[in-house]
Amino acid sequence: MNWDYGVAPGDAAVAKLKPAYSPFVDGRYVEGGDPLAVHNPTTGERHAEVAAACAADVEHAVGAARRAQVGWGTLPARRARLLFRLAQVVDDRRDELAALEALDAGRPVRRARDDLTAVAAHVRSCAGWADKLEFAGFGPAPRPVGVLGVLVAGALPAVARRVAPALACGNAVVLVPDPDAPLGALVLAEAAAEAGLPNGVLNVVPGGVLDVDVDAVAVTGPPAFCRAAARLVPGRAVARETTGGLAQIVHDDAPLDQAIDGIVEALGEDQRVLVAESVADELGELLRERLARLRVGDPLDHNTDLGPMSSVQRRDRAVALATAADDEGARRWTSPTRLPEHGWFLAPTVFIDVAPTMRVAREEIPGPLLPVLTFRTPAEAVTTAGAPRAAAVWTDKGSRALWTAQRLPAGIVWVNTVNRWEPAAPAAALSDHLVF
Amino acid sequence: MTATVPAPPAETPPGVLGRADVGRDDRSLRRFLHGLPPVDEAGLERRSAWLAGRRVAASAERQVLDLAVSMVDLTTLEGADTPGRVRALCAQAHRPEPTDPEVPQVAAVCVYPDLAAVAAEALRGSPVGIAAVATAFPSGRASLPVKLADTALALDGGATEIDMVIDRGAWLAGRYGQAHDEIVAVRALVDGRAHLKVILETGELPGYDDVRRAAWLALLAGADMVKTSTGKTSPAATLPVVQVLLQAVRDWYRTTGERRGVKAAGGIRHAQDAVRHLVAVHEVAGPAWLTPALFRFGASSLLDDLLRRRRTAR
Repeated sequence: MNWDYGVAPGDAAVAKLKPAYSPFVDGRYVEGGDPLAVHNPTTGERHAEVAAACAADVEHAVGAARRAQVGWGTLPARRARLLFRLAQVVDDRRDELAALEALDAGRPVRRARDDLTAVAAHVRSCAGWADKLEFAGFGPAPRPVGVLGVLVAGALPAVARRVAPALACGNAVVLVPDPDAPLGALVLAEAAAEAGLPNGVLNVVPGGVLDVDVDAVAVTGPPAFCRAAARLVPGRAVARETTGGLAQIVHDDAPLDQAIDGIVEALGEDQRVLVAESVADELGELLRERLARLRVGDPLDHNTDLGPMSSVQRRDRAVALATAADDEGARRWTSPTRLPEHGWFLAPTVFIDVAPTMRVAREEIPGPLLPVLTFRTPAEAVTTAGAPRAAAVWTDKGSRALWTAQRLPAGIVWVNTVNRWEPAAPAAALSDHLVF
Repeated sequence: MTATVPAPPAETPPGVLGRADVGRDDRSLRRFLHGLPPVDEAGLERRSAWLAGRRVAASAERQVLDLAVSMVDLTTLEGADTPGRVRALCAQAHRPEPTDPEVPQVAAVCVYPDLAAVAAEALRGSPVGIAAVATAFPSGRASLPVKLADTALALDGGATEIDMVIDRGAWLAGRYGQAHDEIVAVRALVDGRAHLKVILETGELPGYDDVRRAAWLALLAGADMVKTSTGKTSPAATLPVVQVLLQAVRDWYRTTGERRGVKAAGGIRHAQDAVRHLVAVHEVAGPAWLTPALFRFGASSLLDDLLRRRRTAR
């Protein structure tokens, strides 16, 4: 039977999208400079504009943050109370923020809702630390750094992982959000104000350049983005969390069906699949069967598994990377799934016969491309994985999972699951300097 | 792996994978069954939750409710079943909605073996199948001759489908060979006369790994369909369990080129549950399984809810 579920579109109005946004500084939207167009990746059309923060706005934000930080940094119990309230506001506005992420970043709305639940959980977990830091074992009097510049290339969960601990420790934050999808961060700042956080504690300056006098900088993004950000603020402490480089390591005793689920769940992220050669054919067969049935389309549709890419530049980079993989001799399989006519969509594409030296095996993968590399032994898997940001190890054997986790220099290693960002689980790249 | 869109597996003769390929004793069967890929519980349940969240648009709802009706094995399995009750059930199975001839007939009625003859008489000339539970349903605790006599009673009564239970005691004690051979014996008896469904009673198996292994054992022994439960224990048909069975028949098809079916029985009472299961059939096994020949619901009250929903659907 040919069964199409039909479309079950969510209500775009839930997102409360406004035609114009501007930097959020000192508790309110300020005028800002030249407008930047923000596009809906599903249609490719411009759906809002954001006034970019000019140098004066960034200065204004840093000044406001500095004033606010004095009080914010000295009253831990009040910080805890307000951050708990922020978590509640995020929970209350979950559907709105999720719809906004779907409209602005192309994240399927059901996934976005789970993301927002995780954001609230993260804020809540950090709130619990705020008045207990003295007893956390960091010495007798852990002190805030002061004004923290935060640059994030990523969606709200990545923003929350940076901003929530910084606020809980008593810092004030000036945040430069992802240029491809800045709206979620702006609304988060609005939510913070609604929760009663003092003006100036969290400022969001889209398109701002943080070359001013902040006390430290925290960057989340692809390696090149992190390096560029670090160069902007010479002499400052920089905490880097490089994104990308998720290694899915599938051993020969893996729960294959669930490994496929995990790979599909993380589709669109910068991930590589490393599979034991003896099960590579079977995994490939199951993966192709699954990807052929994947529902690619409008991220506001509840039945969508994979949405568009967040910007046309990312899409073009993905296409270029795929072409390079062809040239270098990888073999490609493209899902025959139906793609919408408009928007920045790309069909899920699997590459096999990938050598670790090829570009597709080394560079950031901006879209639903899946390079599959094979290994013969667990040791070879670890070597081939290199230094991923995160890894998922799929095996039925506990000792093998632990062995792999000990040897991989990854910020977090999941066993038989992926992307479960537990707020209480430590997750940091090894190169991080702890600044807060 | 190949670089092109995979062609469907080449047609191979049925039964190409059988006991001979696996082994003849408990130990070699065990080696085969325990060599199947494991199932991760948390991941399986996560996927089930994702599938359960699919929303079927109003425009497609009627079509899918009709499909669900056509897959129902309308069941009565009570100690108090009488010929009169079975005849009433048959009337409902043949014409589920007397006021609306567009509503399809259900797939079969499902009764105890001694009442198969009553059902066969009541359904003479109707395409509705007569399914009878057999082999000392629901416990399966009887000797093989008794189980075969039970099956023969149903067949002689006119049953076109036999729902047998596996010997869970033998399974849990590791006597895989015995569990297998009983299915083979029943298979030999029903061959050419009826369709064989094998009930795994998944609620009595320790975990999803065992569900997968038991499904493979039944498929190896010649089951036309693997069925979750008797409906006498709880939990019965849950979405994760049905997903494991669907994976088993999908993998069987990939290995042998032969399509076997799945029956979800017990605990499915609402139209919404049925639709969720159909979504799982569609996405885990594939659209080819969306037919009463390859997927069934064993239920007594589900039909009423499907019809209720159908009346309000456009």
